[in-house]
Amino acid sequence: MKQMVETDDRSIAENDQGLSIATDTNVAEPKSISRVILAFRYVRRNPSLTGGSLMLLILLLFVVIGGLLIDPDNARPMANRPRLAPSAEHLLGTDRQGKDVLTVMVIGTPQTIRIGLIAGGIGVAVGTILAFFSVYYGGIVDILVSSVVDILRTVPGLLVLVIIAISVPGDMTVDMMALIVAALSWLNPARILRSQVLVMKQKPYVEMARFTGMSGPEIIIKEMIPNLMPYLISTFVLAVAGAILASIGLEALGLGAFESNTLGMTIYWNIHYGSLLNGWWWWLLPPILMIVFLFVALFLVSLGLDEWANPRLRRKL
Amino acid sequence: MTLEYFIRRVIQFFVIVFLAVTLNFFFPRMSGQDPIREKLLQLEAQGVSITGEGVEEFIASYNTKFGLDKPILEQYLTYLGQMARLDLGQSIAYFPQQVSSLVLSAVPWSIGLLLTATLMSFTIGTLVGALIGWGNAPRFLQFIFPAFFVFSAVPFYLMGLLLLYVFAFQFKLLPLFGGYSTSTLPSPTIDFYMEVFKHSILPALSIVLAQTGYWALGMRSMMVTIEGEDYILQAEAKGLKKGRIFFQYAMRNAILPQITALAMSLGTIISGAILVEVIFAYPGVGSVLVRAILGFDWFVIQGVVFLIILTVAFSMLIIDLIYPLLDPRISYRGD
Repeated sequence: MKQMVETDDRSIAENDQGLSIATDTNVAEPKSISRVILAFRYVRRNPSLTGGSLMLLILLLFVVIGGLLIDPDNARPMANRPRLAPSAEHLLGTDRQGKDVLTVMVIGTPQTIRIGLIAGGIGVAVGTILAFFSVYYGGIVDILVSSVVDILRTVPGLLVLVIIAISVPGDMTVDMMALIVAALSWLNPARILRSQVLVMKQKPYVEMARFTGMSGPEIIIKEMIPNLMPYLISTFVLAVAGAILASIGLEALGLGAFESNTLGMTIYWNIHYGSLLNGWWWWLLPPILMIVFLFVALFLVSLGLDEWANPRLRRKL
Repeated sequence: MTLEYFIRRVIQFFVIVFLAVTLNFFFPRMSGQDPIREKLLQLEAQGVSITGEGVEEFIASYNTKFGLDKPILEQYLTYLGQMARLDLGQSIAYFPQQVSSLVLSAVPWSIGLLLTATLMSFTIGTLVGALIGWGNAPRFLQFIFPAFFVFSAVPFYLMGLLLLYVFAFQFKLLPLFGGYSTSTLPSPTIDFYMEVFKHSILPALSIVLAQTGYWALGMRSMMVTIEGEDYILQAEAKGLKKGRIFFQYAMRNAILPQITALAMSLGTIISGAILVEVIFAYPGVGSVLVRAILGFDWFVIQGVVFLIILTVAFSMLIIDLIYPLLDPRISYRGD
């Protein structure tokens, strides 16, 4: 039992470095190997995480650099002549309302990501609280929480969100979208984290902490949360992806924030005005490719994180 | 034990349906919106002039007609009764058409599309996943597998838009939208069925492309775990033919979770492709829903949501009840 405690401690230390190298290979290496080389090795061993993070970085650069170069006024309706094909002046042309498509992309991408981050953040926060709450109290509380989660998970989520979205009075905003999507985004985190906390509760280091007289909340914050980190991060990434997916779904159905320039709204207008029939490819393709890029990036990151959180899965894909 | 499980599961079904009905009833009313007024405002925005003193009486008389002027509790009880009889009310936009007939006429399109696509992706995905998990897949499969895997991360309907762009717009090989051309009328002729088939290729393909990776992934990981089992070793030691070990020993055992997942995805057969239908203007339930949202047709929106939740909950119930028949290792006892 003592040995297990040690192994666990070591893996925590590694997690703190942001690296997680299988203990056996680590031990075999001479101490002189620098962290950079270790990091580099890990990067090579976890190409999904590296590739996904790089893609997210590219997206970030696009938004930041793009934000410096574009003029937000170009994303207003009637700012330019409508339906212009791409040219030197309008790299991606203009849409039916005269918005510059590149400007819309630079402004809209962070809005879409914002919906994902807010809803994903709320989802993981609520999910974590529920997970600890239900494991800590156990019994009837646990049964209640898990059956609510199980029941809600069988219901088609998009349709529940449709009902909530049509009930929102007044004009829809991007943040409102995030809150609507957050209504269901805690389900998966709650389920995944609950089972992790349940397993973790039995771990020797938690028992040890209890023997030393640490209080419940202290154990949760000092011992369990740090060890839960990989799961928290990976459920967060999944929740963000899920929230973005749901928000684009709502927007495609015509329930989005009509004044916003999110990727989903751009797709909605494309469908609405039949840009395929009219051949306005420069307006249709950018939001699609942007979303595909974003999803592939998030997907790769979550694969890579799985590998990090669950070393038993370690094998190249 | 069996009876207790059965009762608990049936109660759970009714709880889901009851919650769905309640949500459906209270959420739109909580916002304080008035469906008839919204509809009129929308007509006005479209250029229909609605002015004069008659408007308020008009709204009031319609509210009486749809029972929207009664106390909320009475409305709720009436609503519960109607839902229990599957009476979804009448459409506001297509008055006096029944919501249920509006939705039900779209259901065959949705089921036809999703059933074919799901069965195709299941068969291809399971076979490919098994081969790859077993390590004897042809080289080209090993090469394209990661691509399918990544496709599964992309929402289907975007895949649909890309396919439309390439095959319908660029090469003009297949029709752009609809379930059949606007110039033909539905009739039981070969020509019409060919037409329907041609229109369903792209929507089905976008679902197949997106789902195959999912099935392949599940099958692959099951095959990997089965590879080390004693009975496989024994079969090899007995000198059985490779094909026999692969199909009869490995795949047959690995496929069980796949079948469960298939049954579960068949549960979402009506709602699974809503957004694909919207993209392709395919005449299924998704198109009914989007038209209702645009036309502010509350009763139709609620009807679609209710019917879909009902079918999903019902198929989940059936799956849970027949699950032990599919996999004898699962009994009702364990939780």
